[in-house]
Amino acid sequence: MGPHYHPMNLNGWGLTIPSGSLLGQVAPEQLLAAVAGADQRGVIMRGLGRSYGDPAQNSGGRVLTLNSSLLEIELDVATGIVRAGGGVSLHDLLEIIVPQGFFVPVTPGTRFVTVGGAIASDIHGKNHHLEGSFGNHVEDIELLVADGSIRVISPHQESELFWATIGGMGLTGVILNARFRLLRIETSRCVVATQRCENIDVLMSVMAESDDNYRYSVAWTDLLATGSRLGRSVLWRGDHAAVGDLDQSSTEDPLIYEPQHVLTVPPLVPTQGFVNPLTSRIFSEFWYRRAPKHRTGEIKSIASFFHPLDAIGSWNRLYGRQGFLQYQFVVPFAEGEVLKVIVERFARAKVASPLVVLKRFGNGNEGHLSFPMPGWTLTVDIPAGIEGLATLLHEIDDLVLNAGGRHYLAKDAHMNSEAVRRGYPRLEEWQKIQRLIDPQGRWQSDQARRLHLIERTPHHG
Amino acid sequence: MVNAVGEPQNIVLLGGRSDIGLAIVSELLSPSTATVVLASRALESEQKSDRNGVAAVPLGPGSFATLEKVFDARDSGTHAGFVAQLADDIGDLDVVIVAFGVLGEQSEFDSQPHLAADLAQINFGGAMSVCLAVAAQFRRQGHGHLVVLSSVAGERVRKANFVYGATKAGIDAFAQGLSDSLADTPARVTIVRPGYVHTAMTAGRPAAPFATTAQDVAKATVKGMRQGRRIVWAPGILRWVFMILRHLPHPIWRRLPLG
Repeated sequence: MGPHYHPMNLNGWGLTIPSGSLLGQVAPEQLLAAVAGADQRGVIMRGLGRSYGDPAQNSGGRVLTLNSSLLEIELDVATGIVRAGGGVSLHDLLEIIVPQGFFVPVTPGTRFVTVGGAIASDIHGKNHHLEGSFGNHVEDIELLVADGSIRVISPHQESELFWATIGGMGLTGVILNARFRLLRIETSRCVVATQRCENIDVLMSVMAESDDNYRYSVAWTDLLATGSRLGRSVLWRGDHAAVGDLDQSSTEDPLIYEPQHVLTVPPLVPTQGFVNPLTSRIFSEFWYRRAPKHRTGEIKSIASFFHPLDAIGSWNRLYGRQGFLQYQFVVPFAEGEVLKVIVERFARAKVASPLVVLKRFGNGNEGHLSFPMPGWTLTVDIPAGIEGLATLLHEIDDLVLNAGGRHYLAKDAHMNSEAVRRGYPRLEEWQKIQRLIDPQGRWQSDQARRLHLIERTPHHG
Repeated sequence: MVNAVGEPQNIVLLGGRSDIGLAIVSELLSPSTATVVLASRALESEQKSDRNGVAAVPLGPGSFATLEKVFDARDSGTHAGFVAQLADDIGDLDVVIVAFGVLGEQSEFDSQPHLAADLAQINFGGAMSVCLAVAAQFRRQGHGHLVVLSSVAGERVRKANFVYGATKAGIDAFAQGLSDSLADTPARVTIVRPGYVHTAMTAGRPAAPFATTAQDVAKATVKGMRQGRRIVWAPGILRWVFMILRHLPHPIWRRLPLG
């Protein structure tokens, strides 16, 4: 039996730019027919819909989600390598591997992403400065390509296609499954050091000096502070706890893993949402003051250290009907001054953002469209409806691009094709590989159309 | 495609020389703009110099392409083909503005009644057929925003221009229905109801109260589009003015000095 399709209006996690497509849930063995049956509007895979903008939607065409099964998780305890299906979520994966003493090599701020999505976006986490992005840890991938064949690709086999797929936004084929290296852990807890930094200068120097002493590092920044307090932040750094770090009551079951779900935001949020300059200011003040000036040795669970927002279901609804953007860019270390200019620009525009995160990236990998590169990366959540936002973002785009920086495709919902071309100098190289593997233009997405990632329009039928 | 701050890539103006239409296009321009299509009865280059030699209103800076297309609002039979061909040529139609329309002279309609039917064929018949063709394209492409220029003249028809007013009442009602029929899709319809606007169309006619400019109408329209509004009044106060005018007893309405 073939998959069942139904018309669906899809949007990203930011709840902006909805578009209509035919959504089908498919088992791996149905994929071939589902892909071959797509018309000139093409097809794209969709995981858990956590990209903020439009990469996992395909207006007027097909969108497929891959059935996932826990049976698709094969952990080799001896080597610490796992094979997982493309549709498997990190949430499911963690439930299986943590009790056995393993952790994913890279996790973003949410565990509700799929393995396929993690590879297609080449996601990064708090450990990027030392351990790179998800693609760095992948052994090999089984990729279903446009002609219906399945390729096994790795850094050593069809390496060009492999690196075009790492961060390739799903436009090279379907990631059926992947093998990747896990991290061995003694406990399911983390030891966290918290430090308040009174402004961005202090923050940047502390991070530059001592980030490398911690596996994980991330700073939360108050974007509404100005003057001598511009960019005041709380810096969290830590590592997985050893058994010896835990008190006696926890050592009985050091690998227990029970992420909590606190509540789900109901769909009936006021049109304007709850995020505005007033609530953001209160939130920021609270978070800054709540953090200790300096504290070390705090024990936190994996969920509360890595995925605090996952405890609140559908938190994206808090931004109201018009949704929000998550603006993320990176600028090279040498351009730290530009970062300050941008923080000041946001502060001056009084952008109400309760979630602003600063992080240092280490080396990038060979993925043509992989986002990370050595430098500072800032992430800002912004309600989409605020006055003058378009102009402000184009202004900041220019600052980022002129500094040799770029924007993250998995977060992007507003860039134009010129910004991608300038930010990703290897775009043309990627496009050549993409064209060879998909000459008919079978893989399509709203983002690919918006950013002209694929420079040919399929022939209309 | 449109981005998350409401900036379209491809903008189509039907009625490519409409002052309000061009002002809306200008207001929508951004670094994301790829193509602007100005569609009108005859190409600017072939037109006789009835604009005193002034070329089409310059749209502003940017690196987008401007295409001129021939489009005849009277010739409804060509509309579906025109829209499909346009999508083939430039890709998805992100914003389509239906801005063509003729005001006409009430005194001419009195002496040559068939002119009223001609006017209806442009303002109402042609507008309906092209809106339906655009809606079909929006369904194919899975998104799109249609802007229909209505008028307060259709809100309560007055004796000074009741033929024009009747066509606007028609297209306004039609656009509301079309909007409802697209409600289950991400495609959107915004109906713009301007009052008296100082434009080429109204030049030489006495201004009505709350007169506005094409630029102000455009600003209100684009703001309304980004907020997802179905109906935009320009200026906004006309919404409340017409809430009263609509319910005025008829003998009073008839005698109001509204030009």
